[in-house]
Amino acid sequence: MRQLSSKNRTASARPGRRSPLATVALIIVGLMTTGGAYAMFSSTAAAETTTAVTQSMVEDGQKLFAANCATCHGLDAEGTKAGPSLYGVGAASVHFQVGTGRMPLAANGPQAPDKPAQFTEEQTLAMAAYVASLAPGPDIPSEEYLQGDGDATLGAELFRINCAMCHNVAGAGGALTEGKYAPSLSGVESVHVYEAMVTGPQNMPVFNDLTISPEEKADIITYLKYLEENPSPGGFDLGNLGPVSEGLFAWIFGLGAMVAVTIWIAAKAS
Amino acid sequence: MTTADTTDRPAAVPGAVAAPVASRGQRFTGAAANYIDERTSISGAVRELGRKVFPDHWSFMLGEVALYSFVVILLTGTFLTFFYDPSMTEVEYDGSYVPLKGLEMSAAMASSLDISFDVRGGLLMRQVHHWAALLFVASIGLHMLRVFFTGAFRKPREINWVIGFVLFILAMAEGFTGYSLPDDLLSGNGLRIIDGMVKGLPLIGTWISWLLFDGEFPGTAVIPRLFTLHILLLPAILVAALGVHMLLLIINKHTQFAGPGRTNENVVGIPIMPTFAAKGGGFFFIVFGILTLMGAFFTINPIWAYGPYDPSPVSAGTQPDWYIGFADGALRLVPPGLEFVLFDRTFSFNIILPVIVLTGFIALIAVYPFIEAWVTGDKREHHIAERPRNSPTRTSIGAAGITFYMVLFVAASSDLIATHFGLSIEGVIHTMQALFFIGPVAAFFLTKRICLGLQKKDREIALHGIESGRIVRLPGGEYIEVHEQLDDYERWRLVSYLDYKPLMIRPDHRGRITLAQRARAAVSSWFFEDRISPPTTTEVERQHAGQH
Amino acid sequence: MAQHDTGETPAVAGSAVEKSEPRRDHPGTAVEVSDAFVNPGLPPHRPRVTDLDPKKDAQAERRVYTLFYISIIGSVLAIAAYGAFPLEEGNMSSVRMNNAFLGLGIALGLLGIGVGAVYWAKTLMRGDEIVELRHPTRGTDTTRARAVEVFTLGNEESGIGRRTLIRNTLIGALIATPLPAIVLFRDLGPTSDPVEALETTLWEKNVRLVQDPTGAPIRASDLTLGSVVHVIPEGLNELAHKLEEKAKAAVLLMRLKPEDLNELPERESWSYEGIVAYSKICTHVGCPVALYEQQTHHLLCPCHQSTFDVTNHCEVIFGPAKRPLPQLPITVDADGYLIAQSGFHEPVGPSYWERS
Repeated sequence: MRQLSSKNRTASARPGRRSPLATVALIIVGLMTTGGAYAMFSSTAAAETTTAVTQSMVEDGQKLFAANCATCHGLDAEGTKAGPSLYGVGAASVHFQVGTGRMPLAANGPQAPDKPAQFTEEQTLAMAAYVASLAPGPDIPSEEYLQGDGDATLGAELFRINCAMCHNVAGAGGALTEGKYAPSLSGVESVHVYEAMVTGPQNMPVFNDLTISPEEKADIITYLKYLEENPSPGGFDLGNLGPVSEGLFAWIFGLGAMVAVTIWIAAKAS
Repeated sequence: MTTADTTDRPAAVPGAVAAPVASRGQRFTGAAANYIDERTSISGAVRELGRKVFPDHWSFMLGEVALYSFVVILLTGTFLTFFYDPSMTEVEYDGSYVPLKGLEMSAAMASSLDISFDVRGGLLMRQVHHWAALLFVASIGLHMLRVFFTGAFRKPREINWVIGFVLFILAMAEGFTGYSLPDDLLSGNGLRIIDGMVKGLPLIGTWISWLLFDGEFPGTAVIPRLFTLHILLLPAILVAALGVHMLLLIINKHTQFAGPGRTNENVVGIPIMPTFAAKGGGFFFIVFGILTLMGAFFTINPIWAYGPYDPSPVSAGTQPDWYIGFADGALRLVPPGLEFVLFDRTFSFNIILPVIVLTGFIALIAVYPFIEAWVTGDKREHHIAERPRNSPTRTSIGAAGITFYMVLFVAASSDLIATHFGLSIEGVIHTMQALFFIGPVAAFFLTKRICLGLQKKDREIALHGIESGRIVRLPGGEYIEVHEQLDDYERWRLVSYLDYKPLMIRPDHRGRITLAQRARAAVSSWFFEDRISPPTTTEVERQHAGQH
Repeated sequence: MAQHDTGETPAVAGSAVEKSEPRRDHPGTAVEVSDAFVNPGLPPHRPRVTDLDPKKDAQAERRVYTLFYISIIGSVLAIAAYGAFPLEEGNMSSVRMNNAFLGLGIALGLLGIGVGAVYWAKTLMRGDEIVELRHPTRGTDTTRARAVEVFTLGNEESGIGRRTLIRNTLIGALIATPLPAIVLFRDLGPTSDPVEALETTLWEKNVRLVQDPTGAPIRASDLTLGSVVHVIPEGLNELAHKLEEKAKAAVLLMRLKPEDLNELPERESWSYEGIVAYSKICTHVGCPVALYEQQTHHLLCPCHQSTFDVTNHCEVIFGPAKRPLPQLPITVDADGYLIAQSGFHEPVGPSYWERS
């Protein structure tokens, strides 16, 4: 896995070494060839999430799905006019959409807003397992990528190039066309950030593991964690909205304070 | 003049008069004053200026906010130049900020980060400098609005209005050049927009861009060049213009609001020495203190979050500092498709049009005093600041101008408005496009109605007094509400304003009516067709006679 | 500034307003009535509590010097904060603390002086207003006559009006001297033609599309439906002047369903299995257009909201831009990596005068 990411990361990577076949196959090959304790650890971590999926979970998930999702997505998740097919969206997609409260949809609108999650983590995982059992898709990421111990510099650079134009450099969010928006990233769990990148929910583009490797995603998460843990050294950040909020602050509070002082100065003493 | 005499004499003849009673301190002061005066004639300046009178009104201190902000900018800016490196040479950042460590960036950006994180107090100075810059332009704007709405630009102050206008433009230029200096992603994209705008200008655009950036954008020349402009050329012109501005202020003396005892021929207020000096000097420290608090507790321009300039990334919510916002808004409001190829050349009206509109708007601000002087034909000096309601058309023009400016500014933050109020960008832009035309017109008429209404109310009060709410029954059985008459002082504030009538067209000495005269008459009637004349003594007398 | 006779009249209650004899300038269309109200003169002076009550006076004095003491304490605190809150390498909260406490100390130092001085002026300095007379801004007639005389003498003594050739050649010379300065600015930019530079990018036949910023090449199969990759030409990172090239060569790579693409007939071969590459530089004023919506296939510019429709060869559907984003023709090489078929067929970025 290390090797895979470093290959993606450096410009000197030799072409043709990577099979054009499916992602999963490549990751397994990578793990087998690299070996080592770290890789072993990560493979067990990955194995844990996969082995944790049991037949009973899939069945529970199916029941929950039939009760809560089937109206729009169809009884077999084949999709209806109201909602897309869920074949191949993977466990990551379900875990993201349900885990952030975006699904089930509360009302029709330009896009599904995040809101308090309707299901417990256990129920969410069950539904994810069910949907994943229908057709292969992106899996819920393993813990190792969510630690925030990657390269913050590269993460920040990748974030600026791939994410900042919609989500703003400080992750404060931004506007899209026709009433849609890129949400703020503050307070979003790392696992959901990762899943969003892999699955491309709603209008967000997909950043699969071949265009941005899992290691690089971990770097991005590292940067976001850094932002979360280190409030602005300059003081209150005024929402990180840039010059507009600064300008409003300067006018309303700055100049407002100045005008208040001028009134005090010019007022006759009692 | 007694004050000047007593202070002058001991200085001129030390010991002769003051010695018998002078303490050591007084003797020293006297000797020092003598020493300086014998070499500089300073006593003359002190005599002339020391007891000059300044009217005391809060709105007359807005220009001071601008002046003091500028001093703060000079002080903090000087500190920053000791650490800042205006170079676009690529270096590897090796400072304190972890998420940028090891990244290639320009020396300008790296040194700005070092100022922020590796110089104690550096971040404070940067933030105070930037906050002061925002407030500098804002307070100039508010000061100009005060001058505009009180008619303080009228003769003999038209030239000082123009100089003040130049200061406003220079302040914005200073702001923009300074905003670009850290060479971060946000300001880099700002420069890119400038480059794109310049390229869109017909005939010269491409070459101007080529000369500005020493070749292709971004090049390695623009930051050092902006630095020279920012710390040398622009401040030099600004300080010179500021000097003339202050000099003319002293020569013209300050305007004052109408009030009892205040006439066009005097100025009532507090003397420079000591009251105004204490208030003004104290105010400088307060302005500096407030700006320091802002720098200490509120982040401004977090360049570490933006990262170094790179032509590929961009941040959502990319906006210029507020004072350039109106220009950015004008670019956003341009309707689609205004670009044509004619005669093998590209005409980018999506850029030319906003440039023309903004230039026209700004030029109108600069020449407004001359337009109004032409309309009224009034050649007298005016030293009484008018209440905005007493010049309804001017006030309405001002309100229309503010609305116009606000529409552009709001358009520049269309994306933030869309996300924060749950609207669509397209909806915000379309609304602003409509308001661009409707807003100023509506503001004009609304403001005019409000002004005339207020004038009517003033007139009512001046003539009839204030409704006391006390109902009395007259001997004849009639009920009336007792009106409390104003005293002379209060009434004077309400009745002392100028009244103009529309210009009558008259043939000149050759018996002809010129086109210019027709135009002037048309504008004049637009200006003064709706007017409420100030009450006269005759009216009051008639009123009293009628009432009793 | 002739103010020797400035009457420094203390504002005595009801003092008559002194009337000087002003020059009669033309009032224009101003209405002058004979029965206008008369200025009642200054109202009586109202003393302050500090003028009347010695206790209040002493209290105000105490407040003023206390404020100045606070100022001194603030400045000392600022110096203490400078030492007490050092900057630690990599520790942002140390920067935050240093900034806040240094600023707080300095602000206290400044506000103490400021508030103290203003309070002093308001409560303890002379409380009534004084009157100063204005004088017409124009010089007196004698002054003006003397000024005219000075100019006349200057003219006579120099002969500048009489010796017309001297005068005219001097004016000509003064006009001509600054001209070299204008010429000197020519070398602000290089001698080469800007148009040529604007028309060329690093993209040419067989140049690989690689990821920004890592430089990793991209296989067509790496892109899943809805993917977007920010792309630069291979070799860009090694250039000395990479920013100038990147500013023109940045490209956005997107994969759509091939049936969603509505391609121009002459461009049908420019995409590869639904993968399209468009210049990332806005045709309006050059911001990076990078906000790609994978369901609506809109590309939005965050600077001025120009919106491009990727399915319809990136034509403008909203905003101030006019031209579609230029498309980069792409294909794959023998190893399956994406390469450019050729360079762009038109100049990228904002319009310019010479562009046709």
